[in-house]
Amino acid sequence: MEHSTFYLGMIPLYPLLGAVCIGLFHVLTCKRWQVPPLVYGLLACVGPAMSFFLALRVFFELRALPLDARFFTYKAFTWFSVGDLHLDMGFLADPLSGLMLLFVTFIGTLIHVYSIGYMSGDKSYAKFFAYMNLFLGSMLILVLGDSPVVMFVGWEGVGLCSYLLISYYSEDRDNVLAGNKAFIVNRIGDLGFVLGMGFLFWAIGSHGFDFLSLKANAHMMTESSILIVCLLLFVGATGKSAQIPLYVWLPDAMAGPTPVSALIHAATMVTAGVYMVARFSFLYVEVAAAGMIVAWIGILTALLAAIFGMFQDDIKKVLAYSTVSQLGYMFAGVGVTAYSAGIFHVFTHAFFKALLFLGAGAVIYVLHHEQNIWKMGGLKKKMPITYCTMLIGALALAGCPPFAGFFSKDEILYSALANGHFFIWLIGVLVAAMTAYYTFRMIFVVFHGQPRDQQAYDHAHEAPLVMTVPLIILAIGALFAGFYNLPAIFGGEQMISHWLAPSVADQHPHDSFLLEFFVIATSVAAFAFGLWVAYKRFGKGAEEPVFTGFARFAYHKFYVDELYDAVFVRPYKAIGAEISEGVEPNMTDAPVTGIARLYMRVGTLVKVLQSGYVRVYAIYMVLGLGIMSFILSQSLN
Amino acid sequence: MIHDYLVLSVILFCLGVVGVFARRNFFTVFMSVELMLNASNLAFIAFARLQQNMDGHVLALLIMAVAAAEAALALAVVILLHKQTGKLDTNVFSLLKG
Repeated sequence: MEHSTFYLGMIPLYPLLGAVCIGLFHVLTCKRWQVPPLVYGLLACVGPAMSFFLALRVFFELRALPLDARFFTYKAFTWFSVGDLHLDMGFLADPLSGLMLLFVTFIGTLIHVYSIGYMSGDKSYAKFFAYMNLFLGSMLILVLGDSPVVMFVGWEGVGLCSYLLISYYSEDRDNVLAGNKAFIVNRIGDLGFVLGMGFLFWAIGSHGFDFLSLKANAHMMTESSILIVCLLLFVGATGKSAQIPLYVWLPDAMAGPTPVSALIHAATMVTAGVYMVARFSFLYVEVAAAGMIVAWIGILTALLAAIFGMFQDDIKKVLAYSTVSQLGYMFAGVGVTAYSAGIFHVFTHAFFKALLFLGAGAVIYVLHHEQNIWKMGGLKKKMPITYCTMLIGALALAGCPPFAGFFSKDEILYSALANGHFFIWLIGVLVAAMTAYYTFRMIFVVFHGQPRDQQAYDHAHEAPLVMTVPLIILAIGALFAGFYNLPAIFGGEQMISHWLAPSVADQHPHDSFLLEFFVIATSVAAFAFGLWVAYKRFGKGAEEPVFTGFARFAYHKFYVDELYDAVFVRPYKAIGAEISEGVEPNMTDAPVTGIARLYMRVGTLVKVLQSGYVRVYAIYMVLGLGIMSFILSQSLN
Repeated sequence: MIHDYLVLSVILFCLGVVGVFARRNFFTVFMSVELMLNASNLAFIAFARLQQNMDGHVLALLIMAVAAAEAALALAVVILLHKQTGKLDTNVFSLLKG
């Protein structure tokens, strides 16, 4: 490689350095001076912005390379080398990571800018930005890592930062519990990842454990071992990307500040699972069953989360469930081997979900941390910019043509149907209608109708410029991001599919205009139906409903949390109590105390020698000297 | 002739040892220790005379110096102990009893 790839390592380094700088700066100055919060805010934006420019450079350098050699690597240093395992701290730029880099850094930077406004007036401003930078840096390590192990470093990093940021308002016990939950549920998934990684190493790791070698050697694995690796890795993905059965942490993660939610849901963290599956696409295409499991888990998660989303009354929880639901779509996409479609949805979703969260954050900000949608209403007049941008985001999320979400969702549904997975497509269309319903339910309730809380309404005003500008930029993204992968039926070139082709193992179905037209027609019909129902119910203003029957069941999220608590948490606690009260005193403590007692006994026997009288010690001394002299004289003779 | 000196030295030394073992008064114990030191001094001087050189004398002088230093220190300790308890009995001080 003739050109220097050193800057590849700088991409994750900038935010990480930013985190360290902010942290140290804060620790060194907090005792003496009151540093204006803006300093920290600007300092925090520098790192992500620098990374974004480097990501652009990566993108253009990749584009300049020939299609069949479109990657380059940078090895920072040898991490460790044990036996067969030689591991570098290496970074890999290829079309997949290049694309991820671009929007992760872009949206991450915007969220940092927005946070300057949102977090103003917060006490531990510096801590927040240090964590945010660390979060972004970890995500960039995850994206750029050239081997599963380096990827895992970032994987754990985002897990840690999500824990730190979700329980950021740590005065409230519930927030801390939400952070714990996110961390523990992620740990369960991580176990799957580690096991999958270990199994992969056991199978073909001795020929090199970076992605390029793994890809080259994948044919040496048997089908069953590929299946095991795929499923174990997918367990990791379900934890990180909130799929059944490990999705429960994501709605609770709303306890964190809203920019954090945006960062978790749009740019970092939850997309990691989809990215990882796409990264290992060379394994997933080998075994159809693995892909099928991924697709079904994905689409069922989409359905379940959409059902929950329809009955939430917290604006952030509606969005949280919409994220879980959209992630389900992405997994359905990668499951039916349409990897580029899945990643494309990650890409468009990043824009409109960041937009929706930041918009919701603006609403929450001006209403002084009120999150219940039934206390809002009529905000359209007070917050026109927020309303317009959020409307664009909602249209994109609901899949209205020509907004971004429409194209990516359509691509997934089309791939599912064209690859012969009729039921996945059917559920997908159903979920699309539900998505339109709950999205516009939120929009109508929050922005239309009459104000429900007159006092809060009177105090409401448009959010400051530092918050609305990122919203506008993201709205432009949500409007136009979809055109990057315009399908042929609209005269597009599917740029993203072609771009990703060297990295992921797409299996292209035969293009059929008729089929594609049918899919688009049903998607649009589903969107229109959902929108119509939402308008009928909430368009003219509605009162907070009282849930009964199924709705009540769904409002309580099918009591899944309670079920997990009863099935896993309580038995585990009971076992723990049993061990600490039954096993520990009898099995482990007994030998230890026994040994201690033995020494006590021997000690009491020997202690009579210690009379405490000087005379007696003198006698011992003389006796000892005498014995020594005697032995010495014997040996001299 | 040397033999007589050595016998006297051993007798004096044993007297000192018995004094340390048997007596409980601080000063008696202390004097017994001094007795042992001087018994060894006597032996050194006798050997020096026998070998017609100054080695033994040097050692004897050294022991005297040590004995003087030890006396200064030990008497100070004895005074402090006496101040604390008002007694001169070694058996009173038996904190190390097991």
